[in-house]
Amino acid sequence: MWDIVYNNSPFPYEVTFVLVALVQILILMLPLMGAVAYYTLAERKVIGFMQLRIGPNRVGFFGLGQPLADAFKLMFKEIVIPSNSNAFLFVIAPILSLGPALAAWAVIPFADGWVVSDINAGLLYILAMTSIGVYGVIIAGWASNSKYAFLGAMRSAAQIIAYEIAMGFTLVGVLMMANSLNLGDIVNGQAGGIWNWYFLPLFPLFIIYFISGVAETNRAPFDVAEGESEIVAGFHIEYSGMLFSTFFLAEYANMILIGMLATLMFMGGWLSPFQGTPLEAMFAFVPAIVWLFAKLSIFLLLFLWFRATFPRYRYDQIMRLGWKVFIPITLVWIVIVGIAKLMLTA
Amino acid sequence: MSAAVNYVKSLFLWELLKGMRLTGRFFFERKICIQYPEEKTPMSHRFRGQHALRRYANGEERCIACKLCEATCPALAITIELGEREDGTRRTTRYDIDLTKCIFCGYCEESCPVDSIVETPIFEYHGEQRGDLLMTKEKLLAVGDKMEQQLAEDRAKDAAYR
Repeated sequence: MWDIVYNNSPFPYEVTFVLVALVQILILMLPLMGAVAYYTLAERKVIGFMQLRIGPNRVGFFGLGQPLADAFKLMFKEIVIPSNSNAFLFVIAPILSLGPALAAWAVIPFADGWVVSDINAGLLYILAMTSIGVYGVIIAGWASNSKYAFLGAMRSAAQIIAYEIAMGFTLVGVLMMANSLNLGDIVNGQAGGIWNWYFLPLFPLFIIYFISGVAETNRAPFDVAEGESEIVAGFHIEYSGMLFSTFFLAEYANMILIGMLATLMFMGGWLSPFQGTPLEAMFAFVPAIVWLFAKLSIFLLLFLWFRATFPRYRYDQIMRLGWKVFIPITLVWIVIVGIAKLMLTA
Repeated sequence: MSAAVNYVKSLFLWELLKGMRLTGRFFFERKICIQYPEEKTPMSHRFRGQHALRRYANGEERCIACKLCEATCPALAITIELGEREDGTRRTTRYDIDLTKCIFCGYCEESCPVDSIVETPIFEYHGEQRGDLLMTKEKLLAVGDKMEQQLAEDRAKDAAYR
């Protein structure tokens, strides 16, 4: 798609490569930031609706200006740096939290070949990036020099370790099915109809993946790191203004990322759900990316639905769920998948 | 047996799905929000809001400076000083209600033998300086003059129970 640019560029290849990458990053990041902004509005609306309220509706039609108003408000707020904090780490922590959350998007394909960086170890890269994000939380908790922030950071660290393992095992299941770590290959491996999507053979892994994803992003009902009713606001208690909103951007970018990964790995990504049925030709006009976003939005709705429904898990229950339920189930299912693959190839 | 059933139920997230069905149903239910400045809830004629001093139809102020309201006020928000007017009647020279102290219990209104001090249904008022919420006699009488028609109607509605 970018061959024309490379062939007609007056610059050397390396410079062109950097320029093209920058343009691709812009094309990816601007809509993503917009999606994050409007996801916050969607969250307030959906949770409001489920609580018989109507949510924000004052700024613009249906409250559509609310994210912009929030952003402007946060920009003009003072950034308070506590006098006993480590100022450098305090400022760098939100950036460490947001950076990996955005960097992970580099390997996400939006349709066949629509990807910034088509690397073979995509899944591994995603796993690394989502894990690095926790450093932002831990550093924020430590640098704030506040007991609540520190408690939140400790909880977040323990929780991410517990659920990272279960999540890693679910990804092992996916890569066993797809024989590839490249996300584009994983989606193409599911081609041929809804019954080929990996959520059917990997159903327990699919459920565990999504629940672990909710835990990874510190979202309700696993939001003990924030725990506003116990440790006030957890790791970001001392943060204000744009530093605070950077944490929020990271959280929502991570949520969209987890939903996107669930779509790509289990729900057939950009593939039409009518493949292999008589309806396929009727829906052939729908672009692949529309299917991708339709499936993604279901997962994003689930994030909000969970938050509106479930009370926060107790801390020991979270640990129990992660170590004593998810990890054994995923291990057993990986063995089952392995045996099934052996039998089918034999 | 029931332990096994519970185990299977929890493994398949049965209760959680039931919870999500409930919130999912509420998502589509009619919303009960009142859009405040445009829409308002109906208000009782006994609503106790900002205070007012009333007058008789001939324009004479009702208050006879009996000080019952001052005595009964649990928040000590009322300050009354009295004196004799030129025509020899007993009148207040000062009647202050500090709305920052007032708890809007309505005892002053109940204690008043001549229905002079009353609480109006006005609840959307504010002060921009410290003194603004200290209601003097003039301010109270002004509120009373403005609201007299509604005050009379509300008291007529409630007359059977007083």
